[in-house]
Amino acid sequence: MIPPAFEYLRPKTLPEAVGLLQQHGDDAKILSGGQSLIPMMKLRLARPSHLIDINRIAGLSYIKEDGGFLKIGGLTREAELEASELIRTKYPLLLDTATVIADPQVRNLATVGGNLAHGDPANDHPATMLALGAQIIATGTKGERVIAIDDFFVSLFTTSLNHGEILTEIRIPIPPAKSGGAYFKLERKVGDFATAAVAVQVTLDGQGAVQKAGIGLTNVGGTPIRAKSAEDALRGKKLDAATIGAAAQAAADAAQPSSDLRGPAAYKTGLIKELTKRALARAAERAGK
Amino acid sequence: MAKKELIKLKINGEEREVAAESRMLLVHFIREQLGLTGTHVGCDTSNCGACTVLMNGKTVKSCTVFAVQADGAEIMTVEGLPSNGALHPLQEGFKEEHGLQCGFCTPGMLISSYALLKKNPNPTEAEIRWGISGNLCRCTGYQNIVKAVQFASKKMAQGGK
Repeated sequence: MIPPAFEYLRPKTLPEAVGLLQQHGDDAKILSGGQSLIPMMKLRLARPSHLIDINRIAGLSYIKEDGGFLKIGGLTREAELEASELIRTKYPLLLDTATVIADPQVRNLATVGGNLAHGDPANDHPATMLALGAQIIATGTKGERVIAIDDFFVSLFTTSLNHGEILTEIRIPIPPAKSGGAYFKLERKVGDFATAAVAVQVTLDGQGAVQKAGIGLTNVGGTPIRAKSAEDALRGKKLDAATIGAAAQAAADAAQPSSDLRGPAAYKTGLIKELTKRALARAAERAGK
Repeated sequence: MAKKELIKLKINGEEREVAAESRMLLVHFIREQLGLTGTHVGCDTSNCGACTVLMNGKTVKSCTVFAVQADGAEIMTVEGLPSNGALHPLQEGFKEEHGLQCGFCTPGMLISSYALLKKNPNPTEAEIRWGISGNLCRCTGYQNIVKAVQFASKKMAQGGK
């Protein structure tokens, strides 16, 4: 399948890229990893007149801790997250997530920024970023804007990025001690989108009770879902079977899946309940260490 | 005549300069403009990995990359597997262990395995299966592909090149 013709632009700097985006209006799209956009262009579901390739812009790919945040550059490849010692040791939720995105070839090109900016509830990072309480940094002609992750996902394929903005950084508040997270995804086969998936991040207090909790759900709605009532059901309680069970039910109640080739809606709801239990158990283990 | 972009790249060690429309996929560029038909178009929907090539040392699905993105890049296709006039141990492994039937997935399997062994010269079976998890095979059931990669890993460890 061949996309329609488009004008290909390759800016060398971020201001140049933002300028081009402004200049060419609604029909211009950013080319980051291209692993979601190019398949859509091949099916002619996306028909940008101008493609702005940001892959040659220096300084957009990094993983570092700074000023109380884990900062990930928008152009950071999933494979780089997988290979990062920092991520492996301190942010296992992110490693869990990156590992189950597509397959090795796709992960070599796919970017964390693109996974979020594409606005697809079937992508994996959105639920994880919801669980982590992340911030999105959007760079436009007026400079940088901080968008709270809870305000980022608007509807299917729509985020709160303004048209002339590029997602340049993801900031995650560095979790305190006694924190742990996990991502559990069920897929029909390796590389598939989630039939359903759950991201969990918890912080425990000195007595082992939940001080803070974040729970994100993948591919069970038009946007990724933050299961707030499930989080509320955990606060102040120890992560025993009863508490986990109650939170898992609340997470299932928050899911709004559609029936499709991956399964009936009721099956996906049941999955959310079970995956939430498993993710909470794993997060508790990791927080306890 | 549609606008063409000039693409300068190194393909299997050779510098080439060829023009193509920006919408031309890397897989079509490799097959049609460069005449290297070892790389296959399988599903065309970014699933099967038959189009896998090495771009700047990393495996990519060339049906999901525009040729213009390869400007200034180094590409290796299956034709470029280093062989010193003989077969690369991976090619020998696929032959010895019957790692192919129709052969359609094989170029992609070879490139993914090549990249895997570069990074991890002595992989476990689980690591091999994970390493080729972006490549689908409809014929073999993967068993002999795994054996082929194990054959190559052993041969390369013994200094076979």
